[in-house]
Amino acid sequence: MARRENPEINAGSMADIAFLLLIFFLVTTTMDVDSGISKKLAEKPPKNYDPPKIKEKNIFQISINRNNELFVDGDVMELKDLKAAAIKFVDNGGGVGNPMPGETKGKECDYCGGERDPGSSDHPNKAIISIESDRATEYGTYVTVQNELLSAYSELRNKLCQKKYGISFTELEESYKDSGRKDQDLKRKVESIKLSYPQIITDLDPTSDGN
Amino acid sequence: MSKFKKKKSGQQAISTASLPDIVFMLLFFFMVTTVMRETDLKIDSPRLPSATEVKKLEHKSLVSTIYVGKAKDAKYGTKFNSIQLNDKIATPEDIPAFILNERQQVSEAEIPFMTTSIKADKESSVGTLTDIRLKLRDVNALKLSLSTQKGSSISK
Repeated sequence: MARRENPEINAGSMADIAFLLLIFFLVTTTMDVDSGISKKLAEKPPKNYDPPKIKEKNIFQISINRNNELFVDGDVMELKDLKAAAIKFVDNGGGVGNPMPGETKGKECDYCGGERDPGSSDHPNKAIISIESDRATEYGTYVTVQNELLSAYSELRNKLCQKKYGISFTELEESYKDSGRKDQDLKRKVESIKLSYPQIITDLDPTSDGN
Repeated sequence: MSKFKKKKSGQQAISTASLPDIVFMLLFFFMVTTVMRETDLKIDSPRLPSATEVKKLEHKSLVSTIYVGKAKDAKYGTKFNSIQLNDKIATPEDIPAFILNERQQVSEAEIPFMTTSIKADKESSVGTLTDIRLKLRDVNALKLSLSTQKGSSISK
């Protein structure tokens, strides 16, 4: 019976205050995580820089015109076929590649699953994908092309990683990140896959003024 | 026995004392996850292109964002090629200054990890992107992220 003499403090309005704050944060919050296609730009070439000579067969030339149409090595191509074509080109392995770091002589690609056509790329580390786009090309198309090329590379990397280490490259990278980028064994594996299929995608300067 | 019978008789109000606890829990969740928008958009919110091979941007404080899209103010034209830096519509010539300014806000050791995120509308033209790219290259801001939504990019 002592309770009645000592009444509780009314906490009913506490909920109101908390609700007010809650609604404020609900309205201002944005949940989207910033994500995107990451690119690394090439450094500015020095003056009178002489670009190295590259054999034409090692270049996969993609042009996008102002109507968002794709030309690959001179032929019209649909966007959905681009990934397969890029895989075929990169994974061809028709010759001797650039020497891997720590080695002096280039070797043939012993992990490539391609046709080894001597008329296509020599080695994944020599295969260059070059994108040339008109100034008036839509940004959406450009991003789609970039995305298709990256997904071609990630498919190749996943395949090789599955063969070598039994897990996909995506999982391997994930577990490397989870280890706080400290696990030396995982690091070595990630680097070796990355070196096997380096992403060499260059953007040429645009062809014309499209206004 | 009589004590138990007493309790059953008469409707007791449901205690709402734990309601504030629940609300506070939600409140703290939103307080922690919330990101305040720092800049007012002077352009229409860009409709980002979609892609599947995306990487998350880490270290929010090292990201400087460039918006590209249609300006809300009609005097900048109706095309989707207006560039917004900080709080105002700018030209590609302003980008080096913008990047150098962003660099002053972080410590010197972190400068190589700075990333420029481009949030461009999918109807903007590649020419604008190229202008930005060349300017970024001039000031050696080489890490770039083309902001996208997650999703399949081929609709055909």
